[in-house]
Amino acid sequence: MRGQLFAIVLAALGMASVHAVAQEFNLAIRNHKFEPAEIRVPAGKRVSIQVTNEDASAEEFESPSLKVEKVIPGKSKGVVRIGPLTPGRYEFFGDFHADTAKGVVIAE
Amino acid sequence: MFGALIIVFREVIEAGLIIGIVLAATRGVNGRGRWVATGILAGTLAAGIVALFAEAIANAFEGSGQELLNAGVLGTAVVMLMWHAAWMARHGREMAIEMAAVGAAVTAGKRPMTALAMVVGLAVLREGAEVVLFLYGILASGTSSSSLFVGAALGLAAGAALSALMYYGLVSIPARHIFTVTAVLIALLAAGMAAQAVQYLDAAGAINVLGTQLWDSSPWLPQDGIVGRMLHALIGYTDRPTELQLVAYFATLAAMAALTWLSTPARAAHARVV
Repeated sequence: MRGQLFAIVLAALGMASVHAVAQEFNLAIRNHKFEPAEIRVPAGKRVSIQVTNEDASAEEFESPSLKVEKVIPGKSKGVVRIGPLTPGRYEFFGDFHADTAKGVVIAE
Repeated sequence: MFGALIIVFREVIEAGLIIGIVLAATRGVNGRGRWVATGILAGTLAAGIVALFAEAIANAFEGSGQELLNAGVLGTAVVMLMWHAAWMARHGREMAIEMAAVGAAVTAGKRPMTALAMVVGLAVLREGAEVVLFLYGILASGTSSSSLFVGAALGLAAGAALSALMYYGLVSIPARHIFTVTAVLIALLAAGMAAQAVQYLDAAGAINVLGTQLWDSSPWLPQDGIVGRMLHALIGYTDRPTELQLVAYFATLAAMAALTWLSTPARAAHARVV
């Protein structure tokens, strides 16, 4: 019984790892601002955004509408995976510098 | 200063509410203060370590290390809460009778305090790592840091005060109901954590099923508002849940109920006969 359960879990994990390669986008954080501040992505698909933080300080990429909260340490990179999205505007911001770091993902 | 206050306050209440529930659930247990304090201390240390290695963690697993770590931390906390629930179902009734007879200050036997101390530690670790990174960023940029640290200290104080308020609200519940109330709170807490964990696995790209958003209640009760955040920490409220999050939530609630049911002595004895 336990062996069976283990096999099912393994199978499920295996299936989960065989997913389609998501389309990639790039985004930089420079002087507590996002560049570009606007990203157009295809609706209804998984999309991954490589965020490069060029500042010395950490930033948190946050977006309630995209369901993302991810800390990106200073001088490093992080991958944000989003979607599938219905067409529309999805705002995101840098939680540690919310007054300057703002951006939007447009799904179309 | 205000920004720092808000960020620290937010993280502190999320961990503080969990600590409040644990303290309320262990009322009358000898040495629980020491266990919880150990959990807080270990969590703070671990938060510092995680923040120190934040870059390595972020870059691990093709940029998904942070999400996988978060999912692992939450998953472990869920298991610990289940262990506690099963234990309480087995011994809770005798404890309630004892407490009613001798008053609240009884030794309640060997509760699985390690499990709850770990839950506290994991909660502090998760929220604390973010605070450490934020404050470190302020230090690194070298700008007028003193006012920001004042903000952070005020945020910590305000968060602790709100958590204490909730704790005193909980312990004002009559002793004969407190086991039921805290059992329900712990089940909801675990369900909320499981729902968060699957979202982290989805963000890490480890799971890619049932990712469709079910509803959007953010116009009525935004998750980033104060009430939304408290409900998020307490019962796992999410304003834009995915199908998988809802499945994980109710599956965990069902598992908690089943564990409690199976572990209750009378039923366990019955099950053995059958």
